[in-house]
Amino acid sequence: MSTIPGKTIAEKIFSAHSGTDAYAGDIVVADVDFVMGQDGTTPLAIRALENMGVDEVFDPARVAVVMDHSSPSPIEGVSALHTMMREFGKKTGAKVYDVGCGVCHQLIPEAGHVVPGDLMVGCDSHTCTYGAVNVFSTGVGSTDGAAAMASGKLWFKVPDTMKVTYTGELRPGVFSKDLILALAGKIGADGATYMALEFHGPVIDALSVDARMTISNMAIEVGAKAGLMRADAKTLAWYEGRGDRAPQPVDPDADAVYASELVLDASAVGPQVAKPHAVDNVSPIEEVAGTPIAQGYIGTCTNGRLEDLEIAASILRGRKVHPDVRLIIAPASKQILLDAMEAGYIRDLVEAGAVMVSPGCGPCVGTHNGVPSDGENVISTANRNFKGRMGNSNAFIYLGSPAAVAASVIEGVITDPRQYFKGGE
Amino acid sequence: MALKAKAFKYGDDINTDYIISGKYKFKSNDMAAMSVHAMEELDPRYYEKVSPEGGFLVAGTNFGMGSSREQAPLVLIGSNTKAVLAKTFARIFYRNAINTGLPVVECDTDLIADGDELSLDLEAGVLKNLTQGTDIPFAPLPPVMAQLLADGGLVEHFKKHGGFAV
Repeated sequence: MSTIPGKTIAEKIFSAHSGTDAYAGDIVVADVDFVMGQDGTTPLAIRALENMGVDEVFDPARVAVVMDHSSPSPIEGVSALHTMMREFGKKTGAKVYDVGCGVCHQLIPEAGHVVPGDLMVGCDSHTCTYGAVNVFSTGVGSTDGAAAMASGKLWFKVPDTMKVTYTGELRPGVFSKDLILALAGKIGADGATYMALEFHGPVIDALSVDARMTISNMAIEVGAKAGLMRADAKTLAWYEGRGDRAPQPVDPDADAVYASELVLDASAVGPQVAKPHAVDNVSPIEEVAGTPIAQGYIGTCTNGRLEDLEIAASILRGRKVHPDVRLIIAPASKQILLDAMEAGYIRDLVEAGAVMVSPGCGPCVGTHNGVPSDGENVISTANRNFKGRMGNSNAFIYLGSPAAVAASVIEGVITDPRQYFKGGE
Repeated sequence: MALKAKAFKYGDDINTDYIISGKYKFKSNDMAAMSVHAMEELDPRYYEKVSPEGGFLVAGTNFGMGSSREQAPLVLIGSNTKAVLAKTFARIFYRNAINTGLPVVECDTDLIADGDELSLDLEAGVLKNLTQGTDIPFAPLPPVMAQLLADGGLVEHFKKHGGFAV
């Protein structure tokens, strides 16, 4: 019998990247495989690099900056910051994703910049998204990002891990968004602070890579540092033709030590909604059904992927958005836009009354593309509904799945989407 | 050296969107201009109240949750916030605060009322509530963070050591 305790995914990735035998609680300086920044955070990282006296990045092939949050630029101040990012790319050789390429959290895995087993940091809190493809990825601030861009290293506290197992199966009309909202409602906005989450179980195995990313994306909404999943055959198939580095999948040991374990029965989960103004203010959609809405939004790093557009199109095809409602859609990347055009989803959505905006963050962060008016209710597929998030402190944001948004914009009130799914209620 | 100032007390789960809203932070890299909007979603008069004499921002659990925006600690510094005292902090904000030189202290903030006069000596590890005449214990920073703060933040640490020396 071994007396050496087993390791979680996080402990294994940090061991491999720090050259130490790392366990939760250890402080390590680790090599990072990739560093990313977006247009709200990169300008401060560039300033920090200048202040450090550093004028190059550790490896131009391992650094990317993305214009997605306020893109194309709505005002001259943003234009100047975008120019600064383009010049940084020219000077250092770092990859620049210019306006219209899409949301950083779709582009980085889509381009194969990260592969299973990697450790990466991004100057954006939703960098935890790539946990879905077995990457320990976490959000950092601009100065940490600058240090990582300069040196290829960063210091970390190896986190404890909370193991979350979803048992049962998803019922018709219920999606991965509902699973992660249900978790947020259960454990709260600080339920996993300083910890990594590991998601397991037959429900996760059955999800597509797109749908898994929705769950890992929102790990930060319960305070987690990462939202990790195993790399399985689906993950590896997804990586075929992406990037030039081979995946190095990392499984947890059977005797890994978890700080806590939670088992959730997915069969008992219906469509969920996070109510204003907190992501953990979650209730079953029935409790808010009938609430009038003025705007719907489908997109973001949470739910702007092809499968999300497919679900929305399947509901809106041949139907019309309510005359008192605006529906705004931002595909998460240019590739997704092209694929959705090819599949006919964009035609379905636009004919139903949707307004397409550029691939990117869309109106999620309140800079452009659909700022709500005073007193208006919005239902959105995004990950945050804080007061003022979409640019108006006097608006009210509800979060749900793409199906919930699509069903709601037809009726003009928050609507249970299960009626559109065979076997739904 | 002890910092002395008044406590400005708020609640739990204060997110970085409330510390500095996205509608301001994406516009520019000018922190002085942005600082007048610090904490605006929660208290539109924060800058006006805190900036003349300086103050301690006192909060409950999970302070700084949400976005990774480093503009959050920077606008607090820009509004003359001497330190943030909270029961617990969100991870990214905590790192950003140390990296940018904003002191953060985890302590039982139930022992502080809005408007109390406080004195904080980080090196000595002493926090006093001068109004209530009490000492409030707090845990020291993890050694790696204490070193970064002592070097004057992460940029200065890098300049001094040419990389990580922790």
